[in-house]
Amino acid sequence: MKMLGAQALVKGLEAEGVEIVFGYPGAAIMQVYDVLRDSNIHHVLVRNEQGAAHAASGYARVTGKVGVCISTSGPGATNLITGIATAYMDSIPIVAITGQVPLSMVGRDVFQEVDITGATEPFTKYSYLVKDPNDIPQIVKEAFYIASTGRPGPVLIDLPKDVAASTIDYREPGPVFIRSYRPTYMGHPGQVKRVAKAIVESKRPVICVGGGCITSSASPEIIELAERIKAPVASTLMGIGAFPSGHKLYLGMLGQHGIYAANRAINEADLLIVLGARMGDRAVVKPDKFGQGAIVVHIDIDPAEIGKNVGTNIPIVGDIKTTLRELLKKDIDRNDWGWLSKVEKWKKVRLGVGECNDGLNPMEVIEALAAQAPKDAILVTDVGQHQIWAGRYYPVEQPRTFLTSGGLGTMGYGLPAAIGAKLGQPDKQVMLITGDGSLQMNLAELATMVQEKAAVKILLFNNHHLGMVRELQQHQLGERYYQTRMECNPDFVKLAAAYGIEAFRVENSDEIDEAIKRLLEHDGPIIGEFMIDPMANVFPVSRGDKDEAHIRRIS
Amino acid sequence: MKHILGVLVENRPGVLSKVSGLFSRRGFNIESLAVGITENPDISRMTIVVDGDDYTVEQVTKQLNKLIDVIKVANIGRESVIRELALIKVKATSATRNEIIEIANIFRANIVDISKNYLTIEITGDSEKIAALEDMLRDFGIKEMVRTGAIAIDRGSKMIKYDEDKEEK
Repeated sequence: MKMLGAQALVKGLEAEGVEIVFGYPGAAIMQVYDVLRDSNIHHVLVRNEQGAAHAASGYARVTGKVGVCISTSGPGATNLITGIATAYMDSIPIVAITGQVPLSMVGRDVFQEVDITGATEPFTKYSYLVKDPNDIPQIVKEAFYIASTGRPGPVLIDLPKDVAASTIDYREPGPVFIRSYRPTYMGHPGQVKRVAKAIVESKRPVICVGGGCITSSASPEIIELAERIKAPVASTLMGIGAFPSGHKLYLGMLGQHGIYAANRAINEADLLIVLGARMGDRAVVKPDKFGQGAIVVHIDIDPAEIGKNVGTNIPIVGDIKTTLRELLKKDIDRNDWGWLSKVEKWKKVRLGVGECNDGLNPMEVIEALAAQAPKDAILVTDVGQHQIWAGRYYPVEQPRTFLTSGGLGTMGYGLPAAIGAKLGQPDKQVMLITGDGSLQMNLAELATMVQEKAAVKILLFNNHHLGMVRELQQHQLGERYYQTRMECNPDFVKLAAAYGIEAFRVENSDEIDEAIKRLLEHDGPIIGEFMIDPMANVFPVSRGDKDEAHIRRIS
Repeated sequence: MKHILGVLVENRPGVLSKVSGLFSRRGFNIESLAVGITENPDISRMTIVVDGDDYTVEQVTKQLNKLIDVIKVANIGRESVIRELALIKVKATSATRNEIIEIANIFRANIVDISKNYLTIEITGDSEKIAALEDMLRDFGIKEMVRTGAIAIDRGSKMIKYDEDKEEK
């Protein structure tokens, strides 16, 4: 069958089950857009390509499918970069398609040319510069395979304009076989046996869940493991949702900004079972002290993560779900409740945000949201103080319902990711907690939200500051505040009106409940602006010490 | 400590830059890197000499394996056959020429070019042997020198092969 390269590309997307793509057109990708026009794939027009990548990522996180974003060559492609890097750091499967100048012009610095495969090399799982249009069907199939298998990540396809426009004799792609890429799903049986032995011999086991548990859909297995071995469960920021917060064994978020009980339990454990977490610098304050005196079990599908940040006694390369299923077949049950009763006491220590006399207390807003939102609601955050507050105080019950830029910490992620999430799960309540700094990073996507009628419920935590950096200046630089006050914020309520979005401002704490109700009940996109006390803090930061008695007790 | 890695990669454009980029990005030091195709024209083989402790070498190996185009990574021991090649252009007058040729012969090096005032010597061996010849020639005046990175192959039946039938990498 004769067809254009661009047609082969779109046919490939359809074969992969793609229903929605996020993008922005341009000269070098025109041919592809012309084909998309006649396809059944819904195209979402973003306002900046970065938004397309974040939206694809948000879509991928809530659906478990591969998200797709498209841009033109040059600046279109470079605008995608932040979104691609964000997805890479959080292991989110997306396929990015970029237009490229004609092959004969590549390397001559022509108009809107940039070496995007070279530029994104450090943070793509793989990339293709398509030189032969006949390769397109196979490349598309491979790209989706690579993006979604093993440890997922972004794959980029750079498609020169003339390659897209040339006619090929279409042949169905064959099965994907990449001899150098065959992820290990089943953990080594001998190692699984060692873990079972370590569990039975342990007195103070703790399970740490990371983003890999969500990718692997391993929640039922983790719940069974925790219940059978009587181990409390701590979560990294990326792992939130992998274990239900309402469960009595849940400790909360661990790490630098984590819950006291989670960090204390990790410090005192004699067995740490780390599942799909890379134990990055925010999760482990002092890597050399992590798990000191404990046996560390680390299960991860990416062999390169094992032993990278923290020492491991029993490493297992494998998929969490598959490997845990094997482990659960063993005799691992423990019936020692002593450890749990000790942990229970630590759970009573709650970290606050400090006195809030000059505005709303963010904790109260989040708690009110949690009280009213349905259990399966999707919460998206941006990056900053509000992100940590959301991670700490919002009880997430289900996997794939908490979306945040954990690895790269990309301000501006929230709004486009929430749009992608809403379009991926239109029947679920999608809420975005953002800040006045973060929202303005990709503010233009408000128009995308309206155009798509994506009913995202935005909670804008406005403290007129880049709060996280302000707080760092407060604690680390002796209150030498600089460039962290947002002097000229717009009137967000009026701004929303300009986009045709309903919006309102909340200044008194007795209005919070009613405000949340209004947000959740409104049929369409809506912004609630909560005037937060500028001095509300995420402090105290964990020092990673055994003794954390210095932590203030609030409530 | 020096480690020699034998790396089988897909013979595709861009692979060398992916590998070298990985080294600079992750802060690993490459002492030398040599690359060429193998008996299978689809597969290239790189020999990479890395300087680092066991942790570094483990990380290098894992990160290399993570690259989709890398087929196999193996640590080659010091007892394997390791060779470098160097071309050395040395000043040689009628008074010194014979002495230089004699030194070259002792090293089993070859004279590959001769002119009135210069000799070009080709030598193959491990880096110590090349360094020793370089040392001997220095006083005559080395005008130009070019050398390859090390290539290495295991002794006996041990080899780095991509096994078509094997399921696991």
